[in-house]
Amino acid sequence: MKLLKCPVNGVRPLSEFVFGGEVREMPDPNTCSDQEWAGYVHHRNGAPGMKKEWWYHGPSGTWFIAERDTMRDEVARTYLYGQEDKQ
Amino acid sequence: MPLRLLKYALSREHPAPRFFRACEKPKDSYDVVIIGGGGHGLAAAYYLAKDHGITNVAVLERGYIGGGNTGRNTTIVRSNYLTPEGVNFYNASVKLFEDLSQDLNLNLFYSTRGHFTLAHTESAMRTMRWRAEVNKHVGVESYVVGPDEISKACPQLDISCSGQAPIHGALYHAPGSVARHDAVAWGYARGADQRGVEIYQNTEVTGIDVQGGKVRGVHTSRGYIATNKVLSAVAGFTPRVCKMVDVQTPIVIQPLQACVSEPMKPWLDTILVSGSLHVYVSQSSRGELVMGSSLDPYEVHSTRSSLDFVEGLTSHILDMFPFLSNIKIVRQWAGMADITPDFAPIMGKTPVDGFYLDAGWGTWGFKATPISGKSMAETIANDKAPELIHSFRLSRFEEYELTGEKGAASVGH
Ligand SMILES: Cc1cc2nc3c(=O)[nH]c(=O)nc-3n(C[C@H](O)[C@H](O)[C@H](O)COP(=O)(O)OP(=O)(O)OC[C@H]3O[C@@H](n4cnc5c(N)ncnc54)[C@H](O)[C@@H]3O)c2cc1C
Repeated sequence: MKLLKCPVNGVRPLSEFVFGGEVREMPDPNTCSDQEWAGYVHHRNGAPGMKKEWWYHGPSGTWFIAERDTMRDEVARTYLYGQEDKQ
Repeated sequence: MPLRLLKYALSREHPAPRFFRACEKPKDSYDVVIIGGGGHGLAAAYYLAKDHGITNVAVLERGYIGGGNTGRNTTIVRSNYLTPEGVNFYNASVKLFEDLSQDLNLNLFYSTRGHFTLAHTESAMRTMRWRAEVNKHVGVESYVVGPDEISKACPQLDISCSGQAPIHGALYHAPGSVARHDAVAWGYARGADQRGVEIYQNTEVTGIDVQGGKVRGVHTSRGYIATNKVLSAVAGFTPRVCKMVDVQTPIVIQPLQACVSEPMKPWLDTILVSGSLHVYVSQSSRGELVMGSSLDPYEVHSTRSSLDFVEGLTSHILDMFPFLSNIKIVRQWAGMADITPDFAPIMGKTPVDGFYLDAGWGTWGFKATPISGKSMAETIANDKAPELIHSFRLSRFEEYELTGEKGAASVGH
């Protein structure tokens, strides 16, 4: 069984979590070009690497961030959004 | 008898035939370089040579041919999709598959079994009716059947699914088939080789040389090769190769797993799929049950398989076939599926001149091997994509013209 550490509830089985995709910066819809916006909506950074991702702990309703190596499937650390420095 | 067989096998008069030349070293340049020696890359090479007379072609494969998703898939071939463009495209592939053993002069074990997509809810039945109508309209033999007809075709199936998810009916698709996946790769490789194409295994493309928006060559683990035309047919490696040319795509990689049981006497001569139970199953010509499920739930670039998968899958298989409870699973594996948001491939030209893309095959690309090879060969030869693959162009995302294939493609097979 794979495990993941929720920053609020501690280590829990992976089946309690939902993957929310990579953390991405939204361009300003008022100033960006149509092409930039379409790129934001559809395109993804699909290449492997150490990525910052959204994860959701279902039973407690907690969204948080995990830094994960998508090649080895190893999580370096997890933290609540905006609390990166407190870790 | 076994002794005679052994003598024959060891006899010098009957050496095992090679399927393609073992080429020593790539030349300095080619008209076309194909990255990826899976079914798609090899089929494109074959049709470039056969249909267009373009034979100065190299296929570069980082491992061995067919070792990617081509050799890992559960080999279901069907065309019962949801959108007219999807049904037309996959139907063209089924047509090519039907004659392919003849064309390639190799027994692909292409076996037409009929294919049932089981519906366990009324809303699933609605989708089945919709697909049946679209299929009929395009001239593909699919229709909705009730539980009695399903029981007749597969008496072993528990129609109530152990009371968990009773079956209301199914979409029956007569042309549904299975084939021997390795033979498809090897047959195309041999056909391409006989026409002059060179195939290099253990040869990885590490970079693509682009100057002024045009492809000039590729860097490989065995040196630089000049070329103006590169086809990327690398499935689960597509984001890595696209990064070499700075081409953006929506593709994300998620593992898809499958497994086989120990061999049994033949009892299942049709293909069964259940979207609600996330399983599909057929029996191979060796007697093994070949079983697959839906995608792993998040991005991973590896082919490691998991216990979670077999546990989940087998519990659903037991809902359908309680009598299998003492049958063993003998092998399991995973492939890296290149998933697009609209469950349709990405084929054709890209913003980089001379860089052609055949990707986004996710969990559904084996059945498309012949037609995608043919269509990509045509695209490369004419520098223009044929009408058949227009809806699958990369620019559809910028143009917000996604296809609506999710309803028929999201169960992985
Ligand atoms: C478990 C599973 C079950 C499936 N079931 C079905 C099914 O029932 N029906 C169906 O239609 N489809 C199915 N699919 C999908 C199907 O297998 C694929 O879509 C299809 O095989 C893709 O073929 P391909 O030739 O494009 O890719 P691949 O066969 O993956 O070939 C790509 C090749 O490119 C090589 N490569 C990558 N990068 C480089 C590089 N830089 N340099 C050189 N070579 C490189 C790789 O080594 C690989 O051999 C399934 C997939 C999986 C994983």
